[in-house]
Amino acid sequence: MSALQTVKFYQTGTFTVGNRLLAPEDRSVQANMQRTNSLNSGHRACQGCGEALGARYAIDAAMNATNRQLIAANATGCLEVFSTPYPETSWQIPWIHSLFGNTAAVATGIAAAIKVKKQKGQGQDVRVVAQGGDGGTTDIGFGCLSGMFERNDDVLYICYDNGGYMNTGVQRSSATPSAARTATTMPLGPEPGNPFGQGKFVPAIAMAHEIPYVATATVADLRDLENKVTKAMGMRGARYIHILVPCPLGWGTASQDTIRMARLAKETGVFPVFEAEYGELTSALAIRRPLPVEDYLKPQKRFAHLFGKNPAVETIARIQAQADKNIRRYGLLAKETV
Amino acid sequence: MDKPFAITLNPGSSLANHTGSWRTARPVYLDRLPPCNNQCPAGEDIQGWLFHAESGSYEAAWRHLTRDNPFAAIMGRVCYHTCESACNRGKIDEAVGINSVERFLGDEAIKRGWKFAAPTQESGKKVLIVGAGPSGMSAAYHLRKLGHAVTVMDAGPYMGGMMRFGIPKYRLPREVLDAEMQRIVDMGVTVKLNSKVDSILDTMKAGGFDAAFLAVGAHIGKRAMIPSGDAAKIVDAISVLRSMEGEDKPLLGRRVVVYGGGNTAIDVARTVKRMGAEPIIVYRRTRDKAPAHDFEIEEALQEGVMVKWLSTIKQAGDKEITIEKMALDDKGFPQPTGEFETLEADSVVLALGQDVDLGLLNGVPGLEVTKDGVVKVGTDLMTGHPGIFAGGDMVPADRNVTVAVGHGKKAARNIDAWLRGETYAAPPKHEVARFEKLNPWYYADAPKTVRPMLDIIRRQSTFEEVQGGLDESTALFEARRCLSCGNCFECDNCYGVCPDNAVIKLGPGKRFQFNYDYCKGCGMCVAECPCGAIKMEAEDI
Amino acid sequence: MLKQCEGSHAVAEAVALCRPEVICAYPISPQTHIVEGIGEMVKSGELKDCEFINVESEFAAMSVAIGSSATGARTYTATASQGLLYMVEAVYNASGLGLPIVMTVANRAIGAPINIWNDHSDSLSQRDCGWIQLFAETNQEALDLHIQAFKLAEELSLPVMVCMDGFILTHAYERVDMPTQEQVDAFLPPYEPRQVLDVNDPVSIGAMVGPEAFMEVRYLAHAKQMQALDLIPQLAQEFKAVFGRDSGGLIRSYRAEDAETIVIAMGSVLGTIKDTVDEMREAGHKIGVLGITSFRPFPLVEVAAALKNCKRFVVLEKSLAVGIGGIVATNVRMAVTGMGLKGFTVVAGLGGRAITMKSLTGLFEKAGRDELEPVTFLDLDWNVVNKQLEREKQVRRSGPAAEAMLRDVGAVAARNY
Ligand SMILES: Cc1ncc(C[n+]2csc(CCOP(=O)(O)OP(=O)(O)O)c2C)c(N)n1
Ligand code: SF4
Ligand SMILES: [Mg+2]
Repeated sequence: MSALQTVKFYQTGTFTVGNRLLAPEDRSVQANMQRTNSLNSGHRACQGCGEALGARYAIDAAMNATNRQLIAANATGCLEVFSTPYPETSWQIPWIHSLFGNTAAVATGIAAAIKVKKQKGQGQDVRVVAQGGDGGTTDIGFGCLSGMFERNDDVLYICYDNGGYMNTGVQRSSATPSAARTATTMPLGPEPGNPFGQGKFVPAIAMAHEIPYVATATVADLRDLENKVTKAMGMRGARYIHILVPCPLGWGTASQDTIRMARLAKETGVFPVFEAEYGELTSALAIRRPLPVEDYLKPQKRFAHLFGKNPAVETIARIQAQADKNIRRYGLLAKETV
Repeated sequence: MDKPFAITLNPGSSLANHTGSWRTARPVYLDRLPPCNNQCPAGEDIQGWLFHAESGSYEAAWRHLTRDNPFAAIMGRVCYHTCESACNRGKIDEAVGINSVERFLGDEAIKRGWKFAAPTQESGKKVLIVGAGPSGMSAAYHLRKLGHAVTVMDAGPYMGGMMRFGIPKYRLPREVLDAEMQRIVDMGVTVKLNSKVDSILDTMKAGGFDAAFLAVGAHIGKRAMIPSGDAAKIVDAISVLRSMEGEDKPLLGRRVVVYGGGNTAIDVARTVKRMGAEPIIVYRRTRDKAPAHDFEIEEALQEGVMVKWLSTIKQAGDKEITIEKMALDDKGFPQPTGEFETLEADSVVLALGQDVDLGLLNGVPGLEVTKDGVVKVGTDLMTGHPGIFAGGDMVPADRNVTVAVGHGKKAARNIDAWLRGETYAAPPKHEVARFEKLNPWYYADAPKTVRPMLDIIRRQSTFEEVQGGLDESTALFEARRCLSCGNCFECDNCYGVCPDNAVIKLGPGKRFQFNYDYCKGCGMCVAECPCGAIKMEAEDI
Repeated sequence: MLKQCEGSHAVAEAVALCRPEVICAYPISPQTHIVEGIGEMVKSGELKDCEFINVESEFAAMSVAIGSSATGARTYTATASQGLLYMVEAVYNASGLGLPIVMTVANRAIGAPINIWNDHSDSLSQRDCGWIQLFAETNQEALDLHIQAFKLAEELSLPVMVCMDGFILTHAYERVDMPTQEQVDAFLPPYEPRQVLDVNDPVSIGAMVGPEAFMEVRYLAHAKQMQALDLIPQLAQEFKAVFGRDSGGLIRSYRAEDAETIVIAMGSVLGTIKDTVDEMREAGHKIGVLGITSFRPFPLVEVAAALKNCKRFVVLEKSLAVGIGGIVATNVRMAVTGMGLKGFTVVAGLGGRAITMKSLTGLFEKAGRDELEPVTFLDLDWNVVNKQLEREKQVRRSGPAAEAMLRDVGAVAARNY
């Protein structure tokens, strides 16, 4: 509970984006009238795209934390495609897109160049962010990511997890949740949707690299997200933030429900929000209003086959068990500690 | 920089791509009516003044509040705050303690000596107000603000009407009442006390008044036919309460039976308890059917007032009374059971309601009186006689201070319009901000602050105020529990959650504006607005 | 300064003299000694202001190079064979983005069957990737070409591959003339990137380009390589002015003035060919040599001019375009279109097969008599090949061809690398 305690009761505390009752320095980056809008208007993301939102949240926060001394490398995927189709780009910072699976390595190269320039007295202390979708991170880019972690390169890698290869038309990735329908895990056969017992949770793998900082966040907890980005930018070495970004198109949710879905993912325990330093869990964002996983699953068309006339009670129970495990493992129901 | 063709692009250049063309529905900002405001009989903009209080701008809050109701300190004590029952926060944890914040503001105003400004321009019109109670003094305030010359005449020796003669001082200390009355006098209102108006038309003519507002209240205690011996002491509640204000305190003996189940009955019982007597309330129905507010019944019980529910007085003697037990029928009406009981009683106080003294209206053409003995008025509070308006307890309405104060405001607006030969048209009411329109996630968890209560021994024996006020920090906390239903409070959510940066933040106090060049119409701002101040409208394509 | 050293070491030193700022590499034979050498220099502090990054793959190596080059750092990497193929996606990307990375390819065969010895299959598989490809004939030239490569890459904002034969050059101890730092500094100015990730002048690099502009982007890449055709000889001139020797350029002829037969080749085999030609000249054969240094861009005009007066040409190449024959030969044939020349393709030295003067003499004599097949596989063991073909004709599942043939030639087992 990093963000939320420090501010005592101010009507909405730190739940809302802004709060006129807070001192300016305690307000969110997003509340600022002069905020940088790192991802400018005019981008071509779908209506209500969580990835567009998450990216602006994260990069604005990183710009703020580094006084705009920031360069980004970006993997192929929705974020890249909707932000930089010739002849226009939405990015306001120096930004490079190379390939789908090499973003962490590109960022390593940028960081290395910056380090040398600085050594030579030819450059400022510029910081590096790498960013990509879950496919570009947990699958094809995983080798480069692990290499970057293992070498402890001075890069903050941000994964925008929307649970699938959305840019190519919603196929399964190793971050697709169990039972979810995608174009390559159709709700057919004896185990409809994405099989149980597959997939990986890269934040845990990142922790196993014992890098200085690993965190998860969602677009529903802006202050938490900003704090984590800010904290990460205050550290050196390899850092990883995994942000859950609902995708209306891939999830089959209403465009206005993007933040609500992220909130439900966190409140049901489906997506644990926590921080770890050097491989050790240091904090978890407590669930505020515990809810059953159904509340999260039901509004999503990708889980529609679990409901209807004959609800897949057992499957839902298995998903609930996964959430319960998260709650236990990350202490999500523990009382907040100050 | 020598940029390679097409591969390398200028920053932020996507502004050239107007994604607003994708939209099928557009968000628009609106103000919805907060349920508290909707509920307030005095028409206060509760959410509006809480908004100022939230930032600690208490004077601004008080000034905002007193746009509608000049008696913050009084309201903060005697208003039955139905606003709190309507408050949406009640659906999250507990209603906002609106009343306690109002009292805090009222007390601050007295403490700091905040005054109302006299009008900058005189209208040249003269208005007579009869009755210096809540309705009359409220009308005086609003009419004076509008620049009219106001004269208030009252038969009694003090200002305040029922607020003084009907409400015990342990609920409303007299310094508070005096301060809020005097503040209106200080605006240049003429108040003539001990001046009973016997004929309204004569008085208007004599004083050259252009209009009049009648608010004489209902001061005549209703009597019930109780067979009684000569020696039985039977008095009415209003007289008892009124005599508390004078030198001669009423002599009621040790055992005092109070007959009735309304707030006045409770007030009398608690008053006599404080004078050292043993009050016992006799009421013909059950506690949950009693018209008195339950919290007042509870406080009375705590203080040692006894109650005989489901009982009627059959007979009164000089040292005892006979009561009959009642039983509720299936419609909930009390029916006699034929079971009797005797109670020791030195006196019986009747608290069965009050009637209006309509003497001053004799011979006024066009004026009509209802069968309940109150004056008929239109929605503009004008009686059947042009230029004569009436309000408060003397017209058909709920009888409480807040309603009366509301009448005063309403009458003032209508009188003002009438004086200009116009009719007052109230601005249309916005749709109510129902709980379903809110996104309560965003409000910090915060249970209501409880006001301190005077300890029980002192409550039983003194007339000190029972309920304390909030101090600054608790009042601030309480104000900040307000959800600001239906009204933007600049939480920046819309500005923050838009994936397309299509919300323009205009700066403190200026709210926001949509940039429809880029708004794709996803509706996230609507879904994530905590207070329901944005709605989607179909785009005609 | 003259010194006797291993080819890899010579290259490592030359690269260090170019003041690289970021070096990233992943080990693969026969490239290892180069990056080991530079790594040591960085670690010891001999090479200052340089980051040496041990990456986890060649794909990462090229990706790191992309990142650092785009951030304005002079960037170098080296690879070979499987490693080059492993990084292919990034190789195309580096040239597509116009990043002046210099990479040594220590040429080696491509598996399967896995083979660590020299041929040109790796580099030539990347002939269309958009990089400039320069082939070194000697260790001295390898050394010199790296110095030229940085200047060429940075002037054009295009990546350059310096190709040198694995083992034959990389592991050979030869005498080289190692330039001084002053000489290199005089020739090679500090890197001034054409486009750069700069917080003071932000740009987005790597946009998605649709059909409306993609052709133009590709044409511009081609046009840049055409510019290189002028720049490469010019740089060779400048190089000569500073260092006093001929190195680089597009092509180089040897004893070709009156030659009726011209042998065309790339890389170290030119040495053996020249020795053979010397002998044959003495025996009266009118034979000469054309070495191609710049394979990309391919100097069509210069090659045509060099072959103008001959009767026939023999392209001897260490690569095979399976299913058609030669790769270099195809390019040469394009250069001489319409000139009515007889051309022979000779595929030689694949996977490190020795190319001997004896075989070459026989080959060239046969060519001189116009008795060569259009495509010849030099020193192919027909016995083994025919046996295997025969086996396969009879038994559908005749087992792994490589092992069967090893048995036929009498080798016990293949060594693992
Ligand atoms: C090497 C390679 N393989 C496949 C692709 C095709 N591809 C482009 S984007 C993409 C999906 C991206 O998924 P993710 O990284 O999760 O990002 P999202 O679009 O979901 O944000 C794929 C499969 C590619 N561009 N490159
Ligand atoms: S497909 Fe999903 S991630 Fe991609 S732009 Fe649309 S909403 Fe965003
Ligand atoms: Mg994805």
